[in-house]
Amino acid sequence: MLCSDGKKKLSFCGLIKDGDLVIVYEKRDVMKAVKVCETSVLQNRFGVFKHSDWIGKPFGSKVLSNKGGFVYLLAPTPELWTLVLSHRTQILYIADISFLITYLEIVPGSLVLESGTGSGSLTTSLARAVAPTGHVYTFDFHQQRAASAREDFQSTGVGNLVTVGVRDIQGEGFPDEYSGLADSVFLDLPQPWLAILSAGKMLKQDGTLCSFSPCIEQVQRTCEALKSNFRDIRTFEVLLRTFEVHEGKMDSCQGDEGLSVGSPPCKRRQRSSEGSTVPDSSSSPTIKARPCADARGHTGYLTFSRLKCLS
Amino acid sequence: MICSRLLLVSTSFTCIPTTSPTDPYSPIGIFRFAPFSLRAELHTSKQKTRSSGHFLSYIKPIFSRGVDIWVVLYMHQSIDQWGTDSKGSKRCIRLLKQQIQAIESTNSVALFCILSILKNQNKGPNMSQNSIQSNSIQNPRVTWEGCSVLLDINDGDRLVFARLTAGSTLKIGNKNFSLRPLIGCPFGSSFQIENGTEGLCLSRFVPSTEADNNDQEKGGSQIMDECRDNRAIVDNNEAQTLTSGDIDEMRRQGVKGDEIIEALIANSATYEKKTTFSQEKYRIKKQKKYAPRVLLRRPSARSICEAYFKKYPHRIGFLRVDALSLLLSLANVTANSDILLVDMVGGLLTGAVAERLGGTGYVCNTYLGSTPYPVEIVRTFNFDNEICKRIVRAPLRDLCLDQTGTSEIIDASNAELNGQTSPIKMEEMSLPSNHEAADSETIVSPQIKMGKPPKAGEKASEEAIKSWKENGFSSLIIAAPDADAWSLAKDLLPLLSYSAPFAIYHQYLQPLATCMHNLQQGKMAIGLQISEPWLREYQVLPSRTHPLMQMSAFGGYILSGTKICSSG
Repeated sequence: MLCSDGKKKLSFCGLIKDGDLVIVYEKRDVMKAVKVCETSVLQNRFGVFKHSDWIGKPFGSKVLSNKGGFVYLLAPTPELWTLVLSHRTQILYIADISFLITYLEIVPGSLVLESGTGSGSLTTSLARAVAPTGHVYTFDFHQQRAASAREDFQSTGVGNLVTVGVRDIQGEGFPDEYSGLADSVFLDLPQPWLAILSAGKMLKQDGTLCSFSPCIEQVQRTCEALKSNFRDIRTFEVLLRTFEVHEGKMDSCQGDEGLSVGSPPCKRRQRSSEGSTVPDSSSSPTIKARPCADARGHTGYLTFSRLKCLS
Repeated sequence: MICSRLLLVSTSFTCIPTTSPTDPYSPIGIFRFAPFSLRAELHTSKQKTRSSGHFLSYIKPIFSRGVDIWVVLYMHQSIDQWGTDSKGSKRCIRLLKQQIQAIESTNSVALFCILSILKNQNKGPNMSQNSIQSNSIQNPRVTWEGCSVLLDINDGDRLVFARLTAGSTLKIGNKNFSLRPLIGCPFGSSFQIENGTEGLCLSRFVPSTEADNNDQEKGGSQIMDECRDNRAIVDNNEAQTLTSGDIDEMRRQGVKGDEIIEALIANSATYEKKTTFSQEKYRIKKQKKYAPRVLLRRPSARSICEAYFKKYPHRIGFLRVDALSLLLSLANVTANSDILLVDMVGGLLTGAVAERLGGTGYVCNTYLGSTPYPVEIVRTFNFDNEICKRIVRAPLRDLCLDQTGTSEIIDASNAELNGQTSPIKMEEMSLPSNHEAADSETIVSPQIKMGKPPKAGEKASEEAIKSWKENGFSSLIIAAPDADAWSLAKDLLPLLSYSAPFAIYHQYLQPLATCMHNLQQGKMAIGLQISEPWLREYQVLPSRTHPLMQMSAFGGYILSGTKICSSG
């Protein structure tokens, strides 16, 4: 996924080869991550796709099934990965992820601590941000989840930028070996206030911390805990509103009827429904956009702060 | 010599000598330099023969966190190259030299293992400060002479971009204050006006965590049983018995700001009647007026974007920080990628992308016609040479032409006009910090050019353009508030490699809707989506948690998608 190896730059005209991870795109919300294996096939409602047909094609290609159905094969990015990964826990989505990475000022070379790892949705984006010289140390108290996350990071190609540890950060705090070395700490814990003291120890002066909590009560306790050693404590909620775009005729005045604003619309309505089958040269179709009806209304609150400079 | 705690600093783990657990010098922590930053540092240190101060300041934050003694492992041919250009570093070198403990040899590179004893409270910070003042090498955690900073006065009430030079000043109230005391201080430190030997000056102010805690407890305990309200408060301007004349007199006598605030509170007839909450508000209001605080912020994509959005949103096309973040994520900006940009938001986007590339890959700014769009905001970031070199520009027609032959001819005729006027233009652009300062009634003296920030935005090399033509760009970001999204996308998408993501920002929805429709019709891209970011900030205080009364209701629109292989 990432071109942490500068020489072997992931140029997208790179061709798909055996063993690559590809994102199989059916339509906007139907995508799947597939590991290319010469002898394997992909079966979906469009038919059977032979992986061997894919090898040698550029990423971004359209490939056909035995029945003539098609899908696109995309190079994985953290954004696509977030949409296809297997949910072992609740995950963070792009609005929160992108905002918190900028807000934590994570740049190439940063050392970032994260807990918990969860499904690794955020971790993948963190790895992209710290590449090529930084590192993400991520901790989860769940042995099996940590192992699955580790496997995922290997398959997405960020394995060398991420170290997964099994540890209860709320109970034990972060390991002392990172004391004073972290540029940023990210907490996604049920009781983040228990980890604040340890996070403060890990951070460099003026280092940044972010805590993600779905409930405002968690945020309140976290903010109280932050007050003694942190400054610039700010809490945000970030959401996305998506739009759908349609082309169609608007029921409006055209040509000679332009002046009849108040006239009854029944006649024109008839005309325009005819017009939709037979293109009307006098009125070009309009492109209309409106917000999608369904949206994610709440993910969580992001509380940011910086370690005080005390020296 | 008793050394209980030790820190090893090295460029790589393999260079660290093995220590036994019983060894008094066994490290408690290992500080690893990114190979890149070290390279840059070695490079600069060769040119300027200065580096120890920089090095010390790098470690200072850790050092100050309770590490008494540390070991510095540093690759260098000779200890004499550690710089002898100032008192501070001379003293430091002497100290270090005295304590060379071991010399290790790995792969024919000589490593000096230097042990220096620096007492945590006394010598450490001072020494670092001395040496930094004499060094102009960049350091991300501590300011240096000539570095660009963002000054946050009174908790965001005023934001001023400035360059720290010996002569630069900041106007607070009706008085100019030298910014010299800020040089060599860590980003994130606060300053207050104090009566120094040379009259009033800015002085470092270290917040005491204790006092803050007490305040909170005081506030916290009374939240539940607050019975005071504003029924007895009459708005007749008679509550305060101190006159402005009295206050001026106190100031003349050199009474501290904090003491004036106490006097104001003591002489306020209504203070005691106020609720705890409004007492707190009163105190903050008076503190801002009589004891203003300056916070030294590091210029980063986040802080620069926020400051511009607050002060001059039109200059950055109303690009809010969450929208900027989305652009960077949606376009998969990461090290070693070549990002094609149309930046008509003053260079904010260019800077933000360059920050994410960290001196790898390329940011290629393209433009229509022959005049590049101004990118003066890039200068506000403290980019080193390595990062600046990666910011280039190329006119769209150069990128689009099939053969380079014809473009060279055009270039030859334009070279003098184009290639030379632009850098000059950039020089002129360095003054906006001055200009901005004037707007906000602040004067930063015009010695800005002293720091000589490296040039960014040079013309892209022929080879680079050739390679982009062959391989395509890894992604595209367009932030052109005044241009038509579709006409740009139509020309620029073919320059991307297959499966490359792109993101287009616009203030208006309709141009993006049209663009999305056309891309769909032309089967040029998939995964198309228009999204509008929404950001709300909260006040979180005990019993007083609610969204802020004011919010930005508009963050623009973003069209994102992935280019597909047209032949497939």
